[in-house]
Amino acid sequence: MYKIVKAEKLADKIFLMDVHAPRVAGHCQPGQFVIVKMDEKGERIPLTICDYDREAGTITIVFQEVGASTTKMSSLKEGDYFRDFTGPLGCPSEFIHEDPESLKNRKILFVAGGVGAAPVYPQAKWLKERGIDADVIVGAKTKDMLILEDEMKAVAGNYYPCTDDGSYGHAGMVTTKIEKLVEEGRKYDVCVAIGPMIMMKFVCLLTKKLGIPTVVSMNPIMVDGTGMCGACRLQVGDEIKFACVDGPEFDGHLVDFDQAMKRSQMYKTEEGRAMLKLQEGDTHHGGCGHCGGDE
Amino acid sequence: MADMLKKVPVREQDPKVRAANFEEVCFGYNMEEAMEEAQRCLNCKNAKCIKGCPVSIDIPGFIHQVKEGNIEEAYKVIGKSSALPAICGRVCPQESQCEGVCIRGIKGEPVSIGKLERFVADYALEHDIKPQGADKMNGHKVAVIGSGPSGLTCAGDLAKMGYDVTVFEALHELGGVLVYGIPEFRLPKQKVVAREIEKVKELGVKFETNVVIGKSTTIDQLMEDEGYEAVFIGSGAGLPMFMGIPGENANGVFSANEYLTRSNLMKAFDDDYDTPIIAGKKVAVVGGGNVAMDAARTALRLGADVHIVYRRSEAELPARVEEVHHAKEEGVVFDLLRNPKKINVDENGNIRSMTVIKMELGEPDASGRRRPIEVPGSEYDIEVDTVIMSLGTSPNPLISSTTKGLDVNRRKCIVADEETGRTSKEGVYAGGDAVTGAATVILAMGAGKAGAKGIDEYLKSKEK
Repeated sequence: MYKIVKAEKLADKIFLMDVHAPRVAGHCQPGQFVIVKMDEKGERIPLTICDYDREAGTITIVFQEVGASTTKMSSLKEGDYFRDFTGPLGCPSEFIHEDPESLKNRKILFVAGGVGAAPVYPQAKWLKERGIDADVIVGAKTKDMLILEDEMKAVAGNYYPCTDDGSYGHAGMVTTKIEKLVEEGRKYDVCVAIGPMIMMKFVCLLTKKLGIPTVVSMNPIMVDGTGMCGACRLQVGDEIKFACVDGPEFDGHLVDFDQAMKRSQMYKTEEGRAMLKLQEGDTHHGGCGHCGGDE
Repeated sequence: MADMLKKVPVREQDPKVRAANFEEVCFGYNMEEAMEEAQRCLNCKNAKCIKGCPVSIDIPGFIHQVKEGNIEEAYKVIGKSSALPAICGRVCPQESQCEGVCIRGIKGEPVSIGKLERFVADYALEHDIKPQGADKMNGHKVAVIGSGPSGLTCAGDLAKMGYDVTVFEALHELGGVLVYGIPEFRLPKQKVVAREIEKVKELGVKFETNVVIGKSTTIDQLMEDEGYEAVFIGSGAGLPMFMGIPGENANGVFSANEYLTRSNLMKAFDDDYDTPIIAGKKVAVVGGGNVAMDAARTALRLGADVHIVYRRSEAELPARVEEVHHAKEEGVVFDLLRNPKKINVDENGNIRSMTVIKMELGEPDASGRRRPIEVPGSEYDIEVDTVIMSLGTSPNPLISSTTKGLDVNRRKCIVADEETGRTSKEGVYAGGDAVTGAATVILAMGAGKAGAKGIDEYLKSKEK
């Protein structure tokens, strides 16, 4: 059993929890993920790691209520337990293997969408701790949906919030902010984009045009998360890759997003999709792989 | 007196009934039937069956006790060699092991050793007969990676010798392939697997779930930081293989591992559980091994019309005869000498059909089986909405890539000595599918036994 030592609502349908899992906290790195299972009958749910405290033995997770399981999970409170919590899974972000001195010479741009801000945070933080300032764009539908703002400001070189409705920061999609920064003369050596698949797809189309190598973090349907089932397979260039053991980060210019988006719809019935669209309306960003919002 | 040339028949669920449920197919013997079948054992002096058993159970010895009605004694005889008899009695390929060399089988049917083993083990579970543990602990700590058949056997044997054993399991349930791979109708999870693991716990073995060795911690850290003096790797087979044909990433194409994991481990067949599974209306299972039979029979129970697509003929099917027989009885159709060429996909990414080509058999290949050759121009489409690929697995690199000095072979399997399980790294032993590639439960158990012996010898030699 894994104790929830903190539970907090960050925004509508978005929750943060600190969970006591010393083995995971002792070994995790930016870019990796965990799998949680609420109770005996629950699903195994992959979630990105938002932060970790090696001393306290805790992992911070952030998730959005998108289906039956995550809705049930959002009712858990401080002092409750997850039946299962395993990880860290997947490979760490590639830059953590590089020499921090040479990283200082590279200009990194993070682009986060919705709850994608959560997995971007530990990466930007890791760099900041080594004296490397990266620019961070975070997009959301509206101001109230922006999460982890103070945290992100503290670790980013430049922090650029964007809202689709113009209620805060740059008005428009994250792609228009990237275009604007590049027009203003900013040069980036690498872009890391994490968010809904549709966002990552359009960021990649743009950065390909701009000639900026781009890393994306994929969150397809998974079961075991250790390489055993192959449910998370993706077409990356000419190869089939398993997000759980080969990823979750891949060269975004090689990922077949259209196929990945279709695969993420596999367990959705037409009725279920329609109902979710109705319930969630325009607050929904897609990319969760559970709801049909990517279509 | 019954016909001594024939096995006492075992009662089974009617095929028509069982094709729609997940209850166990075979009911097993009762006391009367078991004692009658035990009469058929000739109690050979030079018992070939013992040599045919990968863990060398004293088969005539335990059958003699069954004949006398001393089931508790029979369990003790088996317990000297096997920690998991209720499992082996159900899933071992007896026809090619103990029963395959039974002298009774020369004229007539061999003794039904597997069903007798199962009877004894089930009796022990029902009557809560405790296994015999160590008299005292020796204070040495050993880690076992994986709670599948090789890990459980190795852990059980070491605990009986007095070692302080902890088993690390990556998943949330104990049992490895016994819980994620083999279906409920062949091996009940609560009634058999969980209770048999409980017996291993009674020997003093400790278990920690949700620990992915290579990620949550490493073998080097277990040995350096946590004080484990030896490690046994029984991490099992790994990544599912796909054919590499067009359309294989379509919605509705699954590895057998995924399909079975959803149904068995996550219990997706039961509506009370949250994990979904796509039952499919018309399912093609590609492959001819035991895993293919398990996937086919699972899909059938979920309500699908199921075809096995296999590129060789019936004689070459690698699955156990009993499994093929059961699958046919239940209504699985065998499309033999057929091989998939491509999966045809609609605009939403779903399967529309699968194109297969007819095959014929040529000269024997390296495996000794006749090589299948395509018949040119014989392609045709079969209408399916779900395809399950059951083509075997390739080893998972999680452990080998994170353990210093651990050698793997060209196929990326861990290199280990057959007799002792010793690897290239001091204090580290390995066995089961992680070493051999996908094989059987009982072979993995044999390797677990060898590993326990190897570790015992190693730690004793270090003491001197």
